[in-house]
Amino acid sequence: MTETYAHVDDDVRAIVEDYNLPESLRHRIYETIEDRGGVDLEQADEIAHAVSSRYEDSRVEAHDPVGTVSAQSIGEPGTQMTMNTFHYAGVAEIDVTQGLPRLIELVDARKTPDTPMMTVHLEDEYAENRERAHEVVWQMEATKILALGDISTNVADMIVQVDLNEETLAERWPTVDDIDTVAQEIAETIEDALGVDTRRSETLIEFGPDQPSYRRLLQLVEELRDIVFKGLEDISRVVIRKEENEKTDGEEFVLYTEGSAFGDVLSIEGVDATRTTSNNIHEVYRNLGVEAARETIINETMETLREQGLDDVNIRHLMLVADIMTNRGEIESIGRHGISGSKDSVLARAAFEVTVNHLLDAAVHGEEDDLDGVIENVIVGKPVSIGTGDVDLRMGSIEADGGAADVELEPSDD
Amino acid sequence: MSMQTPKEIGAIQFGLMDPETYRDMSATKIITADTYDDDGYPIDMGLMDPRLGVIDPGLECRTCGSHSGSCNGHFGHIELAAPVIHVGFTKLIRRLLRATCRDCGRLSLTPEEQEEFRDGLQRNEELGEDWTNVLKAAVRQARKASRCPHCGAPQHDIKHEKPTTYYEVQDVLAGDYSERIASAMQPDPDNEDDSGVSPSDLAEDSGLDLSRVNDILSGEFRPVGEDRKKLEKALDVDLTEEDMNKLMPSDIRDWFEDIPDEDIETLGIDPSRSRPEWMILTVLPVPPVTARPSITLDNGQRSEDDLTHKLVDIIRINQRFMENREAGAPQLIIEDLWELLQYHVTTFVDNEISGTPPARHRSGRPLKTLSQRLKGKEGRFRGSLSGKRVNFSARTVISPDPTLSLNEVGVPERVAREMTQTMNVSERNLDRAQQYVRNGPEGHPGANYVKRPDGRRLKVTEKNCEELAEKIDVGWEVNRHLIDGDIVIFNRQPSLHRMSIMAHEVVVMPYKTFRLNTVVCPPYNADFDGDEMNMHALQTEESRAEARVLMRVQEQLLSPRFGENIIGAIQDHISGTYLLTNGNPEFTETQALDLLRATSIDTLPEPAGEDEGEPYWTGKQLFSELLPDDLNLEFTSSAGDEVVIEDGQLVSGTIDEDAVGAFGGEVVDTLAKVHSKTRARVFVNEVASLAMRAIMHFGFSIGIDDESIPGEANEQVDEAIASAYDRVQELIEIYEAGELESLPGRTVDETLEMKIMQQLGKARDSAGEIAEDHFADDNPAVVMARSGARGSMLNLTQMAGCVGQQAVRGERINRGYEGRTLSHYQPNDLSAEAHGFVENSYRGGLTPREFFFHAMGGREGLVDTAVRTSKSGYLQRRLINALSELEAQYDGTVRDTSGTVVQFEFGEDGTSPVKVSSSEDNPIDVENVADRILDAEFSSEEEKAEFLGRKELPTNISEYAGPGLDKARSLEVESDD
Repeated sequence: MTETYAHVDDDVRAIVEDYNLPESLRHRIYETIEDRGGVDLEQADEIAHAVSSRYEDSRVEAHDPVGTVSAQSIGEPGTQMTMNTFHYAGVAEIDVTQGLPRLIELVDARKTPDTPMMTVHLEDEYAENRERAHEVVWQMEATKILALGDISTNVADMIVQVDLNEETLAERWPTVDDIDTVAQEIAETIEDALGVDTRRSETLIEFGPDQPSYRRLLQLVEELRDIVFKGLEDISRVVIRKEENEKTDGEEFVLYTEGSAFGDVLSIEGVDATRTTSNNIHEVYRNLGVEAARETIINETMETLREQGLDDVNIRHLMLVADIMTNRGEIESIGRHGISGSKDSVLARAAFEVTVNHLLDAAVHGEEDDLDGVIENVIVGKPVSIGTGDVDLRMGSIEADGGAADVELEPSDD
Repeated sequence: MSMQTPKEIGAIQFGLMDPETYRDMSATKIITADTYDDDGYPIDMGLMDPRLGVIDPGLECRTCGSHSGSCNGHFGHIELAAPVIHVGFTKLIRRLLRATCRDCGRLSLTPEEQEEFRDGLQRNEELGEDWTNVLKAAVRQARKASRCPHCGAPQHDIKHEKPTTYYEVQDVLAGDYSERIASAMQPDPDNEDDSGVSPSDLAEDSGLDLSRVNDILSGEFRPVGEDRKKLEKALDVDLTEEDMNKLMPSDIRDWFEDIPDEDIETLGIDPSRSRPEWMILTVLPVPPVTARPSITLDNGQRSEDDLTHKLVDIIRINQRFMENREAGAPQLIIEDLWELLQYHVTTFVDNEISGTPPARHRSGRPLKTLSQRLKGKEGRFRGSLSGKRVNFSARTVISPDPTLSLNEVGVPERVAREMTQTMNVSERNLDRAQQYVRNGPEGHPGANYVKRPDGRRLKVTEKNCEELAEKIDVGWEVNRHLIDGDIVIFNRQPSLHRMSIMAHEVVVMPYKTFRLNTVVCPPYNADFDGDEMNMHALQTEESRAEARVLMRVQEQLLSPRFGENIIGAIQDHISGTYLLTNGNPEFTETQALDLLRATSIDTLPEPAGEDEGEPYWTGKQLFSELLPDDLNLEFTSSAGDEVVIEDGQLVSGTIDEDAVGAFGGEVVDTLAKVHSKTRARVFVNEVASLAMRAIMHFGFSIGIDDESIPGEANEQVDEAIASAYDRVQELIEIYEAGELESLPGRTVDETLEMKIMQQLGKARDSAGEIAEDHFADDNPAVVMARSGARGSMLNLTQMAGCVGQQAVRGERINRGYEGRTLSHYQPNDLSAEAHGFVENSYRGGLTPREFFFHAMGGREGLVDTAVRTSKSGYLQRRLINALSELEAQYDGTVRDTSGTVVQFEFGEDGTSPVKVSSSEDNPIDVENVADRILDAEFSSEEEKAEFLGRKELPTNISEYAGPGLDKARSLEVESDD
């Protein structure tokens, strides 16, 4: 992101680069200088100096127990959240788990969320044209037989009849001109899925069990209802909404789905893969990698808090939680099966949950607890090596080495 | 008493113990199940043997010679008559049995496979991952081998019957083998070409002699080994059945003894610390009596600990076992006793094994044995080791005291007399120390104990205090009572964030409650409806220094959660400042002085004007007196009011919650961040005092009449509700006619519900608007809602207009009878009143039916809260446990205590949430900096250097010392910068 500024020359850049500042802050300085139509070098240095001083002043102090503070900052608002599972988020038509249950779901890193959901952004004309947007919808939404036509069961002849609705077919298969081809396709899908022979005349498809059996007949109807003829099985419903596009200041169509199939959706034509997201962190992890998963955890947690009016929680805390969940290159849950269960210290694990098993396993494995962490040291009654407990002063003996010059000052942390 | 160098625990090793070690460390062998003899003395080699340690005061330990209290106790041991399995290891024993050879004990893996698993184990260790996964994989692999790759012995499957029985499953010749052969030789009835198998055919196919085949068919010869296999192959039948051979613990122990060390290592077991045969107990360690003290009841009867009861059982069975075996009892009896012994040892270790009835006390209560002592919230780990009980702590009810500073806490005198601080007597404090001792333990600033230079501690009593005071000299220590200005830690549970534990300065007060300033209620989440809080007196100089510098309330003004102040004006303070600054009322000199009386301001500014010759001062002016002169601030309050502060003068706007309130009041926030914490503390204290004076000046009360609206307004409300009813009725009619268009993705029923809810919501809102129009601006409820002091306009609507729809699970009330909520309604009545719409206001009163619906909604809220607290508590515990080790380092990274980097910069830019505003995208206001440098002239080089350089934060350690020596002076000092 090296933008060029008319009033920022290389000398000014060199001066600003000299200060140890985060990239975003440097850009802010350039922008400010730009706005003011350029400054002389001395002023640039003074600005950078002052900003740098303020930045240094606002940094976290060494030995700050940021972990505990972040944990508290997320846990404490948890007490103010509602338990009400179903509420309507953003889109009134789609139910999403919210509040405390959703927060718990996120830190648990559940394999599938209670209510999987995707926000699908579209590209180019797909985003602008409702018809084109609908094309994407038909490719995503799982189409069951009931949406395509009527089923009737003829018990006398032991036959299931499917009467397809031509209009629906034309609508759902907009790229295929011939209704007959579509009907044939549907018939074949039924044959493959149910293992029966079908007879087709125009849009009427008939089939029945091999041997006359009422049970089999009813079973076939039941199975028929579950067959997905088009779209992705996991996506049960798609809602189109017109929203403002932040980037272009225009309006665009955005799709919200009930159910999630992130990998499949990304490859559908017309889907803007750069902006499409899922609320299933594992799907994001599988398809886009661990950094994207981290980002999703932060966004989803923030969204959950925002929905409850607790969005004043500083995002840095959420980042830390997301970072520790993804620290080993995969998503780990917070709790017994994840981070707390894989700690090095036996005592820390034993003090958390399943005390006895951890002790027995440690014995068999011949483990040794080096007492590095917080909980272990509380247990054995030693000062904890965090915060003020992490600072050691080594007293230099003035008499022994003749002066205080050689006094060693060694911070204890390494 | 000799001085010992304090030792520090460096590391803790875990491992299994060798039976030989048990015997070595044992103080005595235990052979009798009896505890005390008739005289009440412990029996030798009994469970209460005095060599195991002492619990009765006065007795001497026969092993170490010390008295109860200083003797930790010593283990004894029981020689078990036969080996028994340790329940904790049953799964591992099963795995080992399956993975190793029954004959040679080697692991059934080829050397290459072993190598592979050992590498996998090492990789796991390096990555710090769970080693059990490798173990499981290795066992799965080893189990596949039907023959030992080392000695070639055939391997059998192991069956595990929970909890502690193991069988070896062998295939043996079935009892009905001849019938099975015969039926296989019969011709197939479905196949007419099949004529069956004749004995001669069979002999040919299997390659056996014909005579042998005939012998087998007649049952005279048992086909075992090769013969059986040949027959099975020829006839395609299975002639075997499973035979279960029980493995006794002694067999398993022998088996495990053969496993070589290298093979165990492959399974992730450390052979130097834990040999697998040690998982089978031959010697049982007997915990010292100090771990299982017996208690003497009031009637002189002794009641033994659960562990003792269990040990008695074990010894009894153990003895019976030995007697029976010596007497040559039949195998069946021996096995029964063996099983019984196994049961008792099992329950001694863990009494909650599924499938095993728990051992019970005579009363029927399950015994609390070893595992139960460690487990769970009240267990050893979480209850005793992670959470310790401490001395020098106090707990009592809290009550408010607005005259205290927010840094202070009022401590009852009787608490102050119990909590002590250690004074090291020197020349400089000798007089004071003597005075404390002279005052004795009962007088207030007194002393409870003194310590002589030789280390002897003496209790100060009323009788000896005068005498002791004379003896006090340099080098003594005096434990004096808490006095004003001491630092203590104050806490209210649940301690959800770090502001739940803060340090306060003591102000000793009469009566029995802790007193605190009301502005510290938000961080503690405290109120005064009976809340209790805890106080801890600090015992070391380091901890007191840390508490003063880091934990004092004023240092915690800003919450790290949202980076703004969490301490500020609340409730009446806000109403007070609102009344003071809204509409800018005028005050005479007397009134103005009275308002500022409780603050440190002792001179009035220039009057704002004159009214009939009398000078007057405005509310804004008086409020401005509390602000530092260099404060410039502009913001819009959520009420839409533009607040402008210029050079410490409130120019326009009303001071409400957004300006001075807790949870992000702009003025307090800016003072704490830009000026100093001390200045912010002084400001909050003074605002509270001024506001209380102001609200008392104006008078502020609320009564039922304040919520009443005129009759015509009531009519309008009724009209609004009636028209909403009509619209709902219309919707229902459309629905019943089947003409209701459903919303996308909703059923028609859901659509109807949503639309009705929407209409009724609107009805309530319009009722609220009507009510609002009829309230005067000086209505106390309106003042409170507008200023943000308490309550909202919605509350007011419900009191005066209409309570509105009651909801359960986010829907109208739909439960109760079939098709209706109450029997007062027709079934399937969809109308508003049948589903919990409350059209009355709280003031007007609810009808019985409305009341019932309202209670339903209310109940849901209560249940919700109850469920939520437990869930969020657990969430919090897990989060803290996972993140507790993370710490910012000198290089700006965030690492855990083992040095693993979690973040390279905390929060991506390394800035602290309390030092930057969370509402701004950038941590530093570059615009402002540039403006100052480019436009503003600095009056001197120093000023410029100061502006460019870093800001050294002053350390203020006391309410009464340092830069804020006294309240009045601190104000001046601070406001000058």
